[in-house]
Amino acid sequence: MDITAYIESGILELYVAGALSENENREVYKLMRQHPEILQEVEAIELAIKKLTAATAPSRRAGLFENIKAKIVHLSGNAATDSKVIPMVKSKYDWLTYTGWAAAIIIGAGLFWTLNQNNELESNLTTAEIENSYLEEQIANAKTDLAASKNLLNILRDKDIISVPLGGQGEFANTYAKVYWSKKDNSIYLDAQGLPEAPAGKVYQVWSLKLNPLTPTSLGTIDDFNTDDNKIFAIANANESEAFGITLEPEGGSETPTMDQLYTLGVVVTAAP
Amino acid sequence: MQLELLISKFQQKDVKAFEELYNMYSDSMHGVIYNIVRDHDIAEELMQDVFIKAWNSASSYSAEKGRFFTWILNISRNAAIDKTRSKAFKNSKKNLDAEYFVDILEHSDSLDAQTDAIGIKKFVGQLAKKCIEVIELLYFKGYTQKEASETLDMPIGTIKTRNRNCIKELRTIVLN
Repeated sequence: MDITAYIESGILELYVAGALSENENREVYKLMRQHPEILQEVEAIELAIKKLTAATAPSRRAGLFENIKAKIVHLSGNAATDSKVIPMVKSKYDWLTYTGWAAAIIIGAGLFWTLNQNNELESNLTTAEIENSYLEEQIANAKTDLAASKNLLNILRDKDIISVPLGGQGEFANTYAKVYWSKKDNSIYLDAQGLPEAPAGKVYQVWSLKLNPLTPTSLGTIDDFNTDDNKIFAIANANESEAFGITLEPEGGSETPTMDQLYTLGVVVTAAP
Repeated sequence: MQLELLISKFQQKDVKAFEELYNMYSDSMHGVIYNIVRDHDIAEELMQDVFIKAWNSASSYSAEKGRFFTWILNISRNAAIDKTRSKAFKNSKKNLDAEYFVDILEHSDSLDAQTDAIGIKKFVGQLAKKCIEVIELLYFKGYTQKEASETLDMPIGTIKTRNRNCIKELRTIVLN
């Protein structure tokens, strides 16, 4: 850098005048520290201006500085004029800092709590929704069940229905069943409420019987006996049945009834012609 | 005492250091203020206010931003210009725009008190009008280089070189 050219540019005169921008001031300050001749120049300019401006000052009353001193001492509330004001050692963390942190922590904890609360509520809501849909399903089921029951009741109340009670036989005397026979529909409704659950590997088989001579006709096995709720089974029957019987047979059913496993038997009572 | 040390003590609220700085600069500030307000009582009052203000805002000074002299010069000029803008001042004073610092030097007898009075008076007599204008605006009124350039209708480069030459002249008179 050409120091002489820099000095001759006139920038230092403007620097002393205070006519430069902040950035320019910083730049001059930097160069002044690096180059003693620049500092020297600045000091000379300053001294000349200081003398020129001082020359324009009118004469003034004596003791003005005493006035100033009285005012600054009064302002700073310090009676001892020559004593140094010792700057108070300020705590690095003042009350504002602590209050700020405390507030931040409280707000943070509050947010966390709210978030938790929200999650819990959401999970409660989900549970409630699941319960709700479960209840809805139950209601739907109940409606279906009710309709089915009404339907069944209507069938049983039909005037053309023939009711055949089946009594317990032999060692199964305590069992019972009932057949409702709708001739026009060619079907029976077997109420097997009075039968025990079928043991594993065994099924109940329903028979239509002719009495003279005794001729059994299989109406099929009740494979879903154990799982059925109302134990009422609709079974097709196109036979001119004179009696109905139920035996316990091996799974898949048998050709002929196993008589020592005959649980219940009932004879159709027809009105005398 | 070295200037940096003095300023640093002043910033630590050392009244003795403050008094020394006052002794160094109060005449100059008084002169600058008087040149703007042209009233003895007001100038005296403002000059005291300026030093009180400097004391109170001592911590805001930093050498990086400029010379201490320039700093307090700025406070003085601003205080004086503010004063001239006040309603009470406007009502009681004539328009001061046409006056320059040289009028004071030429007409005042206060120069007897100044060590460099004779030299300065001589300098002023020798100064060309172009120097008077540029020194007035830059040092006594606190114009920026751009403002001075616009007021004098001259490029900034011209202002800088002209001012440099004027101050050179001033230096040969007052510093030798």
